[in-house]
Amino acid sequence: MLRSFWCILTRDLTLALRRRTDVLTTLFFFVIVVSLFPLGVSTEQQILRILGPGVVWVAALLASMLALERLFAADYDDGTLEQLLLTGQPLALLVLGKITAHWLLTGLPLVLIAPLVGMQYHLTDTAIGVMMIALLIGTPILSLIGAIGAALTLGLRGGGILLSLLILPLYIPVLIYGAGAIEVSVIDLSNTQPYLTLLGAFLLVALIFAPVAAAAALRISIE
Amino acid sequence: MNVNWFKFASPPAFYSLAGRLIPIFWGLTLTLLVIGLYWGFFQTTDQLGGSNPQKEYYRIIFIHVSSAWMSMWLYFVMVVWAAIGLVFNTRLSFMMAKAIAPTGAVFTFLALWTGAFWGRPSWGTYWDWDPRLTSELVLFFMYIGYIALHSAIDDIRRADRASALLAIVGLVMVPVIFWSINCPDPNQCAALHQRSNLTKIDGNILFAMLTMSLAFWMYSFAATFMRLRSLILTREAESIWVRELLTQRGEQ
Repeated sequence: MLRSFWCILTRDLTLALRRRTDVLTTLFFFVIVVSLFPLGVSTEQQILRILGPGVVWVAALLASMLALERLFAADYDDGTLEQLLLTGQPLALLVLGKITAHWLLTGLPLVLIAPLVGMQYHLTDTAIGVMMIALLIGTPILSLIGAIGAALTLGLRGGGILLSLLILPLYIPVLIYGAGAIEVSVIDLSNTQPYLTLLGAFLLVALIFAPVAAAAALRISIE
Repeated sequence: MNVNWFKFASPPAFYSLAGRLIPIFWGLTLTLLVIGLYWGFFQTTDQLGGSNPQKEYYRIIFIHVSSAWMSMWLYFVMVVWAAIGLVFNTRLSFMMAKAIAPTGAVFTFLALWTGAFWGRPSWGTYWDWDPRLTSELVLFFMYIGYIALHSAIDDIRRADRASALLAIVGLVMVPVIFWSINCPDPNQCAALHQRSNLTKIDGNILFAMLTMSLAFWMYSFAATFMRLRSLILTREAESIWVRELLTQRGEQ
């Protein structure tokens, strides 16, 4: 069972690394969206510090959502997905493998580029540290919940916009606690713990239920 | 007593049953509406509260609270039918869920809209990011998502099942969203809504409010059944009983 998980994971990673631009587009989308806000709102340090956490999280939400469309689409087009459904392995586990690969390619780069973005917003070092931790716990949740939406909208016309309509409302808790952790860390670092533990709890719940739901959604979409 | 519980799970049987029930529910709706509105306008006090009284405008409560209750209740009912559809694979349950969604969305919108007009005179603002306002808004988005997903898929069977799954995922998320909006930080928890406390409400107001809620509930039945009947006809358009029905109508 674990081997099938690894197999999917390495396969997806290899495929993606052969076409690196896809990974980079998501990353640059994130950076561009974050860079637009100071130009549109204000370049003043005080305002940027308040704006920063929320903007980074909203940009992360949008970036991970845009990348979701590709999660199953290529496999669906060339028929690989049907083969995956037909294997004797538990589908939820295979889906989890795909989600993990997706997160490593789109979520993890956001975490790593976060310090750079934080500097654009004059965030303090501790705030940047907390932001990285919060993103590290939060972005997998986005990929997990998003996978359900991606499976439901598989192969539909206008799937991308529809996906955002379905998934963004469900992202709200992650946004609130993720941005909240960074905001609180500016005042008192010890206050961030409840935010991060709650994010961790969401991650665990999503880790258990989202792959099963996404697998059920895939079966509905393919049958 | 030997009851066949699945008799009305067949579209033709339910079609005629719904046809007979619709006038009853409309009658109940109108009666309860008249009673509720009369009681709300003429049997209740003109002012509420002590030092900072709510004047006549508090009467919006009869629409506002009732539609807010109905919006949440209908989502729950929708999910139950969607789940029954997924488990038992009955066509009618999916149609039921689909028929409920627009009514639920309308009540959610109504709750938000009347809330804005109540908020303006009493809080001095149309909108605030109060927990209940935000969660009602999210509920509205979820109804819209359900309807959008259903109408985006051409294959009816897939549309039914996919949107049913979405509705169930949404129901799991509702408490999480509610609590996350409610109290991310005790200091930020400046809720404008007061806690609901039904026991402290004046008897006349409570009576009018509950009557209005019942009226809205009966309206939901009537509207859902009407939508359901047209759904059944469109989906079963190729079947023999619908054709016979149409020729009968044509002869009359």
